[in-house]
Amino acid sequence: MTRTIVGPFNRVEGDLEVRLETGDGVVREARVTTPLYRGFEQILVGRAPADALVIAPRICGICSVSQSMAAVAALRALSGTVAAPNGVLAANIAHAAENIADHLTHFVVFFMPDFARPDYAGAAWHPAAAERFAAETGAASAEILPVRARLLHVMGLIAGKWPHSLAFQPGGTTRALDLGARMRLAGIWRDFRAAFERIVLGVPVEDFLAIETAGALAAYAEAGRADLPHFLRIAAATGCDRLGRGPGPLMSFGAYHGEDGALFAGGLTEPSDGWRPLDPDRIAEDLSHAWMQDGPALHPARGETRPDVDRPEGYSFAKAPRLDGRPVEVGAVARQAVDGQPLIRALLERDGATTVTTRILARMVETARLVLAVEGWVRALDLREAFCAPEAVRYGDGAGEGLVEAARGALGHWIAVRGERIQRYQIVAPTTWNFSPRDAAGRPGPLEQALVGTPVGDQPGRAVAVQHVVRSFDPCMVCTAH
Amino acid sequence: MADRSTLLWLQAGSCGGCTMAVLECGARGWSAELNAVGIDLIWHPSVSLATGAEVIERLERIESGAEPLDILCLEGAVLCGPNGTGRFNRFAGTDRTMLDWVRALAPRAGTVVAVGSCAAFGGIPAGDPDPTDARGLQHTARGPGGVLGTDFRARSGMPVINVSGCAPHPGWIMETLEAVAAGLIGPGDLDALGRPRFFADHLAHHGCSRNEFYEFKASAERPSDRGCMMENLGCKATQAVGDCNQRSWNGGGTCTDGGYACVACTAPGFENIRGFLATPKIAGIPVGLPLDMPKAWFVALAALSKSATPKRVRDNARADRPVVPPGRGPGTR
Ligand code: SF4
Ligand code: SF4
Repeated sequence: MTRTIVGPFNRVEGDLEVRLETGDGVVREARVTTPLYRGFEQILVGRAPADALVIAPRICGICSVSQSMAAVAALRALSGTVAAPNGVLAANIAHAAENIADHLTHFVVFFMPDFARPDYAGAAWHPAAAERFAAETGAASAEILPVRARLLHVMGLIAGKWPHSLAFQPGGTTRALDLGARMRLAGIWRDFRAAFERIVLGVPVEDFLAIETAGALAAYAEAGRADLPHFLRIAAATGCDRLGRGPGPLMSFGAYHGEDGALFAGGLTEPSDGWRPLDPDRIAEDLSHAWMQDGPALHPARGETRPDVDRPEGYSFAKAPRLDGRPVEVGAVARQAVDGQPLIRALLERDGATTVTTRILARMVETARLVLAVEGWVRALDLREAFCAPEAVRYGDGAGEGLVEAARGALGHWIAVRGERIQRYQIVAPTTWNFSPRDAAGRPGPLEQALVGTPVGDQPGRAVAVQHVVRSFDPCMVCTAH
Repeated sequence: MADRSTLLWLQAGSCGGCTMAVLECGARGWSAELNAVGIDLIWHPSVSLATGAEVIERLERIESGAEPLDILCLEGAVLCGPNGTGRFNRFAGTDRTMLDWVRALAPRAGTVVAVGSCAAFGGIPAGDPDPTDARGLQHTARGPGGVLGTDFRARSGMPVINVSGCAPHPGWIMETLEAVAAGLIGPGDLDALGRPRFFADHLAHHGCSRNEFYEFKASAERPSDRGCMMENLGCKATQAVGDCNQRSWNGGGTCTDGGYACVACTAPGFENIRGFLATPKIAGIPVGLPLDMPKAWFVALAALSKSATPKRVRDNARADRPVVPPGRGPGTR
């Protein structure tokens, strides 16, 4: 067995280190370290409840709307506020824009450049991949970054600025859109759909979403000239569809909540099995391998955050969240699987696990579905009505839970208030689930499991397959330990 | 025009938001933009190919002086805790803290740029109770100091340039880098807190679409009201530097246009405002008055202008959309 430390891991959000035990050319064991702790849960304590709307989004610059939405949901639950329907729609549109920006940035800027590495020189597909996806100089990022900037004009309209907006409030959103703004919004969205279909899918969104079987997907991959079919061909050639297997279960809190429930249903599923309801009361955060003072595994509504860098068994600032004692995988693939999206379900049932390929594909499936959903939300806005409920929001003593989905998966905020001050604030971020360390029973977290068996050749520190597996989760380390 | 400049970008205790902002720059993408203004990006944690050992070897070469570095950008607060060890933020893959790396690399750089309020002053991580002892490079939330010390000067002789903001406007970051690369920015181009004067010589309040409401003290009372947010909703833009309302964000927005208060994110210590969205008052008068306005004047002018407020302005201030259009008619005086 050889021990290797891999890091800094770039093209992930924040600081990440992975320790690998390897033998016979594959990973035998992995330990995932989050080496940064900023203490948001401690900083939030003692403040006025509404100040969470300023502090919490700043956990993460890549998913600040998601963090805002979780804080808003928790404050709504705490105060019993009912949001204006327009505000719910506008917040969902902004949230979708942020999540799509994340998915695109991840696909083109963070994930694909690894296929341009010299490690693959000699493969028949490599010259085209290098030309298209090379980090910084590749044609794809030059095309996608301006598309991303234009997409984020949604934020200028709805949220004032991004990242870190205060437009998302328990009562709704703070800017009432007028007819001109609505038309501008529709225009941004038209531009986005056109760019996404041309650059990424190569076919209209509707045609892409009609692909429901592995066979139909293979035909699309063979024929398509855009970046997604390009990826699928490389993935088949490099075995990404057998790499980074996540055995499940998969969890989603449900995404884009509205008056008629969630656009993507919440729940729990196994890769090869059907939907089950999810009981968030069964969540507990284990501290046994975190750089935290020892304590029992607690539900976040009762959780504590007391860092201890000298903890002997500790190897990460991330706690280890568990559902019913089990590690679970979260993210777009979990969201789409739980919601029963036919193509993602078909692939998971075939493979019996999530893989690098399905994680990447699920983000683009989700983006395609969001293109259609946002078109509907823009149409549903009623410009004669308010965007923010007029009643003042009052925060009495009590507690609130805010469960949403960020681009990378299930995000929960738990707040407790006493005497008009935050008494406790706990956050469990998507990457805390996916990149959690071991728990008291020694069970590794999802990435730690998915890395086992990854081929590393004779240079584990430089193994490109390890890079694919890690990045397929689109980790956000700044959210992880927050 | 100077020769091409090398740029190394590191993230310490950050949220990554400054990077997310700067990625909006450039009609052909940020990489092409950097290239066009003569900047060669040595490494950036979010966009570069190099990973692991390759990166560490490169940083060690810069540290030893074997490889020159023109611009060092730091995003995120430098975490000094616990007990001055910096161990709340180890640079992955090395056994060294970011505190240690920053102290080693900064003296090697031609110019050091703090990107965002965290790197400039400590930012949100320095929020009370400041669990990680978070500091800016040359300032802290409470005053000068920072991890490089008050007297630090980069090789060019410049103090740390503080592109504050949470997140800063993409243009503030990119225009500063471009000016540095072109050799066009000197100590006289910075304000007393090291912020580039091209944005710091303005107040965020300048150009706010609510300025007419401000003049008449026609105030918003609830979120999404159109009136001025200074009197009731916590707006600090008359005290915060930034040309926020003169250039737009994300294709046309600003905080105040978005319907919420300026929280003074460009200022040291903004993270410890208590009650961001409410205006603290004594005897009905806001505590935080416009920076250069004596209190007595403010009170007198406010009383006068309130008595002269046109109906259009008064009514529109308490609605989420214009309810009285401009024009001669029953609504005008
Ligand atoms: S809302 Fe703020 S920025 Fe706008 S006019 Fe009032 S004080 Fe100035
Ligand atoms: S308006 Fe105020 S809070 Fe908003 S970006 Fe400008 S300085 Fe920061």
